[in-house]
Amino acid sequence: MSDQDDDIILSELSDDDLVAQMFDDLYDGLREEIEEGVNILLERGWQPYDILTKALVGGMTIVGNDFRDGILFVPEVLLAANAMKGGMAILKPLLVETGAPRMGKMVIGTVKGDIHDIGKNLVSMMMEGAGFEVVDLGINNAVDKYLDALEAEQPDILGMSALLTTTMPYMKVVIDTMKEKGIREDYIVLVGGAPLNEEFGRAIGADAYCRDAAVAVETAKAFVARKHNRIAARA
Amino acid sequence: MTRAAEDDLDDAALTAEGLSPGGAGRVLVLACGALAHEITALIRANGWSHLDLQCLPAILHNHPERIAPAVEAALAAARGRYWSVFVAYADCGTGGALARVCAEHGAGMIAGPHCYAFFDGLDRFAARDEITAFYVTDFLARQFDAFVTRPLGLDRHPELREMYFGHYETLVYLAQTEDAALTEKARAAARALGLAFERRFTGYGDLAPALTRITP
Ligand code: B12
Repeated sequence: MSDQDDDIILSELSDDDLVAQMFDDLYDGLREEIEEGVNILLERGWQPYDILTKALVGGMTIVGNDFRDGILFVPEVLLAANAMKGGMAILKPLLVETGAPRMGKMVIGTVKGDIHDIGKNLVSMMMEGAGFEVVDLGINNAVDKYLDALEAEQPDILGMSALLTTTMPYMKVVIDTMKEKGIREDYIVLVGGAPLNEEFGRAIGADAYCRDAAVAVETAKAFVARKHNRIAARA
Repeated sequence: MTRAAEDDLDDAALTAEGLSPGGAGRVLVLACGALAHEITALIRANGWSHLDLQCLPAILHNHPERIAPAVEAALAAARGRYWSVFVAYADCGTGGALARVCAEHGAGMIAGPHCYAFFDGLDRFAARDEITAFYVTDFLARQFDAFVTRPLGLDRHPELREMYFGHYETLVYLAQTEDAALTEKARAAARALGLAFERRFTGYGDLAPALTRITP
């Protein structure tokens, strides 16, 4: 670390410079600095939702893009996600209190046989960052686990993740079971994971395949808006 | 019994650079660098002088979206120089993209999801249904740091270990050869990850029949 970095005192920066510095700190996975930055912005009267979207989600979007473009690899993404988690932990209770926008609810989990969860966790976090409530079922989920959670949580969206060629077909098992039970159309089904593609998503009957967390957020927003319009039109 | 591969292949180069095609064979085996020792040993043991070996960098595995394009470029470069080309890769997380490239170029490939499955034998591997096992092969045992420790940042950030391996219980060493030193390396890898250790001898598994089938 250079002397210059050591000398930066976050509380002395202007709002714009502080947010820019938080982008850098997030990129470098500096959790304590992110927590400090969040607290400073709160003291300056920023709305929790603005801190979340402008400072944290904004910074994490850069990390996501650089991962997609092969500039960053998995550990950098994990460290950045960790730093963001630190900031989110401070903001979460405040978001509820301040009536931040609620976009909808998602149940998400990695499918049976697969214990890759880094991408899924990142999607969960970015969805929360965008105002969705997320119920995370963790890894290795059999069809019953998904169905029970849909029943109990009544989400708008079901998200499934798979990183193995051997486990991705299981998504179809879940979707087919939803069809059998006549509940497929009650939910928006989003799928993702590195070996998947759009064609696969279509073939198994998902509503959409999402390449990364940023696309997941945009897709989720678009589908939820459409669903609400449909319901409003019917009413 | 299969003995440790004796060849002069450089593991670090196989991980990062691959291996240029060598020999005067009529059939090219275009392989993942992680299979170079095993294929070389099989070629020697069986006297398959019609097979030339070329390898792509094994580390492509950490970016599976780059595998199919890299294989495609190598297939294009080899066009007209061989009677046929066999691609010694499994799907390797390409989600079917590699199979499409091979089909377009009329090249065969190895059946199955990845080398852990075909070394063990596809049916046997599937029947195990082990989800808390992390597998290493001979190559991975030798290149553990270049493949796992460094790319996953465990050297710089040991605190990430739990986030990667928290759900795993056992490191299973699928051994292609009898090599006590390599077994010790695999055991050390298990220790470094905080996992239990198990060794299973697989030999070359489905790799040998796959290469036998391309013999004219
Ligand atoms: C890190 C990693 C691991 C870690 C996993 C740690 C963890 N806690 O998750 C470790 C080292 C433990 C591991 C283990 C294994 N792995 Co692994 N792993 C990877 C690697 C290098 C990166 C995956 C990753 O975390 N990426 C980072 C995140 C941010 O990206 P992502 O997962 O793609 O997620 C993004 C998008 O896909 C999308 N997305 C993901 N999920 C979802 C869900 C929804 C709903 C939506 C909308 C979007 C979405 O958004 C995310 C964020 O932008 C990949 C190769 C690769 N580059 O993809 C291999 C890879 C997936 N693994 C592979 C293999 C083979 C294994 C093992 C079998 C290896 C072994 N030696 O035993 C075991 C699997 C055990 C099991 N039963 O699951 C293969 C799969 C091959 C195949 N044929 O399927 C790959 C492709 C590597 C390779 N080419 O060989 N692995």
